[in-house]
Amino acid sequence: MTTLSIDHVSRWFGNVVAVNDITMTIGPGVTGLLGPNGAGKSTLINMMGGFLAPSTGSVTLDGQQVWRNEAIYKHIGVVPEREAMYDFLTGREFVVANAELHGLGAKAAQKALATVEMEYAQDRKISTYSKGMRQRVKMASALVHDPSLLLLDEPFNGMDPRQRMQLMDLLRRMGDEGRTVLFSSHILEEVEQLAWHIEVVVAGRHAASGDFRKIRRLMTDRPHRYLVRSSDDRALAAALIADPSTSGIEVDLAEGALRIQAVDFGRFTVLLPRVARDHGIRLLTVSPSDESLESVFSYLVAA
Amino acid sequence: MYDPTVARLTYRALLGRRRALILGALPLLLIVISVIVRALVGADDQTAADLLGSLALATMVPIIGVIAGTGAIGPEIDDGSVVYLLSKPIKRPTIIFTKLIVAIAVTMVFSALPTLIAGFVLNGNGQQIAVAYTVAALVSSIAYAALFLLLGTVSRHAVVFGLVYALVWEALFGSLVPGARTLSVQQWSLAVAHKVAGGDLVTSDVGLTTATVFLVAVTVLATWYAGQKLRSLTLAGEE
Repeated sequence: MTTLSIDHVSRWFGNVVAVNDITMTIGPGVTGLLGPNGAGKSTLINMMGGFLAPSTGSVTLDGQQVWRNEAIYKHIGVVPEREAMYDFLTGREFVVANAELHGLGAKAAQKALATVEMEYAQDRKISTYSKGMRQRVKMASALVHDPSLLLLDEPFNGMDPRQRMQLMDLLRRMGDEGRTVLFSSHILEEVEQLAWHIEVVVAGRHAASGDFRKIRRLMTDRPHRYLVRSSDDRALAAALIADPSTSGIEVDLAEGALRIQAVDFGRFTVLLPRVARDHGIRLLTVSPSDESLESVFSYLVAA
Repeated sequence: MYDPTVARLTYRALLGRRRALILGALPLLLIVISVIVRALVGADDQTAADLLGSLALATMVPIIGVIAGTGAIGPEIDDGSVVYLLSKPIKRPTIIFTKLIVAIAVTMVFSALPTLIAGFVLNGNGQQIAVAYTVAALVSSIAYAALFLLLGTVSRHAVVFGLVYALVWEALFGSLVPGARTLSVQQWSLAVAHKVAGGDLVTSDVGLTTATVFLVAVTVLATWYAGQKLRSLTLAGEE
């Protein structure tokens, strides 16, 4: 059982607060660290991995400080986001070097290469690898000492769907084996497919935590805003507001459109075309006005 | 204190890339010039001392030191691959010390060896000039490697700062301002060379004791401080 504890951690760079008073506990299984780009995920992962000192607060692994504690790396495997990885070595040489740095030998390296199914290309130079191959060799280097905590920063970035599935299978297996696996992503679907548990970070703050289904529901149940243009905006507005799925409608004269706030997403999407048809109104434009990931996340912060 | 895997990675990074070409070009130039000078002037002790002093010790050794010293760690920190060393249960000072040994070895091979060859070509080691300058190159290799390894650890512009130090401070400023020469790796190593050669052909502005103290102090302090800096090295995210 390996537990990573982040206790009231903040990190600022000059005047910019990258991580703001975050407290969370990461236990065994696969945890997804979800947040838009620039939310502070990498900063947080760097602090979890001991590559960055928290400005305040503490990061501990089973009670041991992570920062400035080299011995902790016996238990941590790190898959960094950055590409650079001694490109002049072959995949095998790279993983063997990583094994040796842990005081292990070629046997451990071979096992790790087999785990990520990279034996077929192990004698090629890393500089010739595709993004997915690099990612798998990085995984092998992180797994070589059989760590109980695995930290992965945006591991699926730039991978094709097949590579993505392979890596997901691998991470799932790691989680099933009882390891503590934490990966970051800005893509909800990725996290949903893989993580048992989600931590959401938005603008440096801890926005939500828990079971992905609960968070997913929060995300779909949030008020949705639509911009609608039709052949008769006022008649449409009058008909829609009668239904409880709509909580507010504004007639935007400048835009020549309706701004509709729907509280029941599922019901509203069925209601709108039906009401229009029943009243003989033509729908000219129906566009969600706040579907960006950032607005979804900011709703979560407010929730 | 010494990790063979770190050493192997450092050697391959240093000698594998374009750096190897630059490392090899300067010594080759020195030897070619020596052959030409010998052919034109014949064996002359003063000429040999002048050429080895200005071209080998004042120019080539510090430049090779900059390339090897900063190159032993700078690129890894720049591109982030140092994370693979830092995420291991290895003491940071061990990483620095190992890289120092590699940087010293590379600097010595690419600067002291060609200095010796050039010295023999120029005047057949008359008055021990070749050996004296080779000893100076060996001694300054250690101090330069330590200084520039520290520079590579603390600065992203290590090569520029290193070259400014090597060429402006050591070569130019040192010849204009007498005080600056006391704080010059070149002068310290010349003090050691003077001891080897005797006579007046190899001279230094500092005494042997002062030189030795400075050489040891700079090497030890730079290495210690680089180890401390690496302990607190932060890898900022790409966000």
